[in-house]
Amino acid sequence: MLNTKMELEMIKKGRSTWSAILLALLLTGSIVACKSKVSDANLQAKVETVTAGSPNVVVGVAEGVVTLTGTVATEEEKTSLGEAAKNADANNVKSVVNELIVEQAPIQTNLDDADLITKVIDATKDYPTVNVDVKDGVITVTGNIEQTRVQPLKMALDALNPKKVDMSALAIN
Amino acid sequence: MGLLDKYKILLDTAKSADILDLQVAEQEGVLQIRGTAPNADVKNKLWDIYNQIDPNFLSGDVVMNVDVSSAIVGSEVRVITESTNLNIRKGPGTDQPIVGKAAKDEVITLISRANDQWWLVRTRDGEEGYCYAQYLEPIG
Repeated sequence: MLNTKMELEMIKKGRSTWSAILLALLLTGSIVACKSKVSDANLQAKVETVTAGSPNVVVGVAEGVVTLTGTVATEEEKTSLGEAAKNADANNVKSVVNELIVEQAPIQTNLDDADLITKVIDATKDYPTVNVDVKDGVITVTGNIEQTRVQPLKMALDALNPKKVDMSALAIN
Repeated sequence: MGLLDKYKILLDTAKSADILDLQVAEQEGVLQIRGTAPNADVKNKLWDIYNQIDPNFLSGDVVMNVDVSSAIVGSEVRVITESTNLNIRKGPGTDQPIVGKAAKDEVITLISRANDQWWLVRTRDGEEGYCYAQYLEPIG
């Protein structure tokens, strides 16, 4: 009210041009601010729709800037989510801050020693000069072996998904 | 030097050799490598590189389990024993009775993969049973 009053006075004083510009600026400012405020919530909803397939991703929006946090399984998923977030509303998403962390699922190793030793015995049946032991998923190989058979033996043991194959005490003929 | 640096050539080769579902992770001081090679040649090449970097695998800092995708049911596989015949057994396990034998370099048919270690095969003579997969190499 005060503003209007002042403006009226200003107009009266013949400064109508200036006040019109001022008014226009004020109005524009408030419209933009207002629009941005509504859009943040809308944008968040839109981006959340495209990231719905990745449950560990959190979407944040502040003044049109989308921030993605949380974890994904692969680098590709991180990149594609970043692009999807931008494309969720390309006109209104100003930018995407991609803070997603790639957290690979650990590679499974066989930690069941009883199961592993059975398979190790099968795998080394044709290596009579080789002794094997299994503890905590680690295969330890001792004894001796011909040079040409080292690689096939290691290939056979690695195929059993152990945590480690220790052949440091294996004598090679 | 980290394991990723030590085995950089191996990993770079794997990446450029169209290994399917390539997984590499350093776990408890061991570089675990998993994936599926398009054929036996690629798998053997990776193993040769690994052996060059770590002669005779003495360090024990890698476990590489690379499957071969051409080992599909109905395809032919070659017996790659050192010199002896390959036992064909009634069931998947060395405790199972031997029902036949396949000679070194003999080409037989893969009927099904019971598990990663034991494959059901048939020889050209019609003998059927389980063989240890490590002694079978996919052709092509």
